[in-house]
Amino acid sequence: MQFFGGSEISPSPPVPTASGNNAHMMYVFNRNGVCLLYKEWNRPLHTLNPQQDHKLMFGLLFSLKSLTAKMDPINADKGNLGVPQLPGQGCSFHSFRTNTYKLSFMETPSGIKIILVTHPKTGDLRESLKYIYGLYVEYVVKNPIYTPGSPIKSEMFNTALDQYVRSIS
Amino acid sequence: MAPVGPRSGDAIFSSIDRVNAELFTLTYGAIVRQLLTDLEDVEEVNKQLDQMGYNIGIRLIDEFLAKSGVSRCVDFKETAEMIAKVGFKMFLGVTASVSSWDAEGTCCSIILEDNPLVDFVELPDTCQGLYYCNVLSGVIRGALEMVSMKTEVTWTRDALRGDDAYELQVKLLKQVAEEYPYKDDE
Repeated sequence: MQFFGGSEISPSPPVPTASGNNAHMMYVFNRNGVCLLYKEWNRPLHTLNPQQDHKLMFGLLFSLKSLTAKMDPINADKGNLGVPQLPGQGCSFHSFRTNTYKLSFMETPSGIKIILVTHPKTGDLRESLKYIYGLYVEYVVKNPIYTPGSPIKSEMFNTALDQYVRSIS
Repeated sequence: MAPVGPRSGDAIFSSIDRVNAELFTLTYGAIVRQLLTDLEDVEEVNKQLDQMGYNIGIRLIDEFLAKSGVSRCVDFKETAEMIAKVGFKMFLGVTASVSSWDAEGTCCSIILEDNPLVDFVELPDTCQGLYYCNVLSGVIRGALEMVSMKTEVTWTRDALRGDDAYELQVKLLKQVAEEYPYKDDE
């Protein structure tokens, strides 16, 4: 009898394609659910159209934040399930990992949410997300032409972001 | 690597790019002068300054959060301390103090001994109702609105009008909780 090697149950994650191309995609949302930025570096599989994809992502994170805060065994101030919380209040989750990707998340008290989806072996990206928030402040917020709450169209921001994300291992 | 804790106002102030203080004061003075010429009515100018401050405040909050690394304040008392000690220090280079808390902890006064906006300024008799530094009240209102707090900010003491210091009264009206923005049927 011959056994074929390799298990079909959990396929190994895709090997990063080029050096420094470990990120799959990135989203930036504001507090009203508007997707300010969506960038894709390596996403072989698209299941939904962009609007539904953004809504799904935002909804997922909204619910996850609420759930993780309510399930917190340490924090005293929890409120009731279903009651909306202020951004940044209570405990906050910062990443989840599956067998094919890792999603890292950061939310500021002003409601800006930055999401980065990378390959599963990525380490803690909290400092990187903070740096990206700093880039957002420098190139987007300080730009007088930019209207807060609208999608970001800044070339300089895109370039700086691209360069930085490619350098994250 | 664990996240770095929040930095003090002094540390941030010394690490960011700064502009010449006189240039800043003179530029602000030119803005107020131009508004007075264009609008002529002192109340209108006060409103415009507040609106300008609001537009600055909604962007300033992100810069504040990014540079200082603070997380959400637990209550309004902490917020007021943050504004006075870190915010004013970071952006204007002066430290303010907080006082006159009311019983519920929703209303306080921020006192500025030193105000870089008003160096060399004297108000003439034609501008008696003018709140020269009204942009600051707009900035605080705008910034706090972006962190879910609706506030009312007014001047209680103004040195240009004869008082001994600058005092802003900040009153928290309500905390607006985050709501799921999409309607169910979309």
